[in-house]
Amino acid sequence: MSGFAFNDLSASFGDKRVIGPLSLEVHPGERVALVGKSGAGKSTLIKLLYERLTQDASLVPQGLGLVNALPVFHNVFMGQLDKHPLWYNTLTLIRPFRKDRNTVARLLNELGIPEKQWVPAASLSGGQRQRVAIARALYRNAPILLADEPISALDGPMAHLVMKALTDQFSTSVVALHDVDMALAYCNRIVGIQNGQIALDQPVSELQAADIMALY
Amino acid sequence: MLSYPTVRASLLFLAIAVAGLFVADIAITTANPWRDLGQFFIGVATPNFFSTEGLLTALLRTVAFGFVGVALGSFFGFLLALVYRFLPVRIFCAFIRAIHELFWALIFLQFFGFHPLTGVLAIAIPYAGIFAKVYSEILEESDPEPSRLLPPGTSAVAAFLYARIPDCWVQIRTYTAYRLECGLRSSAILGFVGLPTLGFYLESSFSQGMYSDAGAMLILFYVLIATMPIWVRPKLLPAYLLAAPFFLGEGFPIVWGNVQRFFTEDIVPFPIRNGEGLTGLSSWLGDLMITEALPGIWNTIVLTQIALVATGLLSLLAFPLISKHFGGPVRRTSGHVLLVIARSTPEYILAYILLQLWGPSMLPAVVALALHNGGIIGHLIGRQTNTIELRPDAPTGFTRYSWELVPRVYRSFLAFLFYRWEIIMRETAILGILGIYTLGFYVDSAIQNIQFDRAMILILITASLNIGVDVLGRTIRRKLALQTMPTC
Repeated sequence: MSGFAFNDLSASFGDKRVIGPLSLEVHPGERVALVGKSGAGKSTLIKLLYERLTQDASLVPQGLGLVNALPVFHNVFMGQLDKHPLWYNTLTLIRPFRKDRNTVARLLNELGIPEKQWVPAASLSGGQRQRVAIARALYRNAPILLADEPISALDGPMAHLVMKALTDQFSTSVVALHDVDMALAYCNRIVGIQNGQIALDQPVSELQAADIMALY
Repeated sequence: MLSYPTVRASLLFLAIAVAGLFVADIAITTANPWRDLGQFFIGVATPNFFSTEGLLTALLRTVAFGFVGVALGSFFGFLLALVYRFLPVRIFCAFIRAIHELFWALIFLQFFGFHPLTGVLAIAIPYAGIFAKVYSEILEESDPEPSRLLPPGTSAVAAFLYARIPDCWVQIRTYTAYRLECGLRSSAILGFVGLPTLGFYLESSFSQGMYSDAGAMLILFYVLIATMPIWVRPKLLPAYLLAAPFFLGEGFPIVWGNVQRFFTEDIVPFPIRNGEGLTGLSSWLGDLMITEALPGIWNTIVLTQIALVATGLLSLLAFPLISKHFGGPVRRTSGHVLLVIARSTPEYILAYILLQLWGPSMLPAVVALALHNGGIIGHLIGRQTNTIELRPDAPTGFTRYSWELVPRVYRSFLAFLFYRWEIIMRETAILGILGIYTLGFYVDSAIQNIQFDRAMILILITASLNIGVDVLGRTIRRKLALQTMPTC
């Protein structure tokens, strides 16, 4: 399975409904951009999808969820902890294997931070931290990508580099983006969220930037 | 003012302590207390480092017992922290840490004798209970987000190693290093019950009036504690830990018959051993309660309450000594030295010294507890005031103290004080060994009279009293919404 269809997605904070109830179906090969004002419920929707997809999704959350005390290598390696036996993971904590070092190094190279592999995550800049979380999602290599504002801290060329790396690896994805041009450039379907509901759902080919601006 | 719950609580405790002063025995009974005190200070000023060759050995043993005890305590404390969410584990830990190191030592002495194991376990057991509690609190506070992001199917151990431990490693290390310092103090006072650490030599030189020898020992101990950041290095730690067990000394071999007798006979209540049944037991217990337990509990509580308030007053007086908002660098440096000495002298040693000089009463105990604990809290609060930025036109002098600083630090001051309430009570009980009529006095006399059954029951009562005060202190801190990090 690399697409999904969920009904009755909804979440509330106390009495206040933040999202849904709504249904969302995503077919294999669809790259969905979630757009909408901040507070519209995009992050909550991503969280709901991750709860249902678990095993099948690579997640880049807005908070990134890095372990600050560990080096970049280990933060990325955490994406595949389930693939190795305990002794292997424990040894890796002390002294990583060459094979994994090379794989992670290639990923970091691709994302423009090759020199940071052994630096603790705590000492990275905001943009570098974001790329570590993305490297972890790439390394995890699940069939579907769920990402919440993955390029919010990256400048122009770097943002394009990252979006290209993500689209190259994940054919199916749901990505919350505040940058409408990036959404139009790297996704093939736009889902607009307004007040917790789907207010717009169109293939990119049938949309103009102006249609989306109506949501903001 | 009275509308503040913190002020009301403070006044209530003050009133209890003043009432306590009326019933407490706080006389100076020696003929020439000030001359003795003067001689002691002359002794400290003219230390004699070369009188006994035993001095360096005692220092080495103190460090060795401290290291082995704290290492074992932290290892088992960590294991317990992993299962700390289960109520029986929490009760077990509360129980073993409610019994003071010296009581543990007195218990183990009865069946292991002067074997190194006695000293090691006396430190390791209560410390394991404390480590379990604090480690579990630290682990709980780690960021849960990374664990949630791990791929499903990650083993629990791998998740723990990658997403939990690294996040709290620094805190765990800092706290463990801090406890190591406490462990050295505990190790030093174990000498007072006969183990070969500093306290043993301190007691013997004191009792012979050799104040210069005692002064040398105290100075070496301060130097040892103050230089810890230099000689305790992460890279050297494994070497220390491997070496420490070999420097505990030989002691005397364990007689296993004693161990068996202790558990099967000595601690079995006398009437049961004698076959007097439940009626005998109840009258035995009644006698124990009236003649020993109740007076001990009463004196322990009175002394604790007086010492608690004295500690509070002293910390409020002491914190300006190291605060950047008063005076210049010279006064602050001497303030730091004073507070370091006050807090690194174990209260037991302070009480012992004052008791020798002033004679047995509650006064030396109150002063010792207030000096040690006031030194700790004064240091913490003073350091906290250094993070406060005052407006440039803030008042100076006493107005600055009473209007600008005390109101800002008062809540954390109370938090530390109530946190130390249980610690002060534990110490109060133990000071009885020195001859003040608190619970420790009755425990010690029971042991001297080879009535281990009575001693065990009195120790259990002491432990319950400590647990009770701990719970009460926590309730008050929660009611007043006071938060704090652990201190020892």
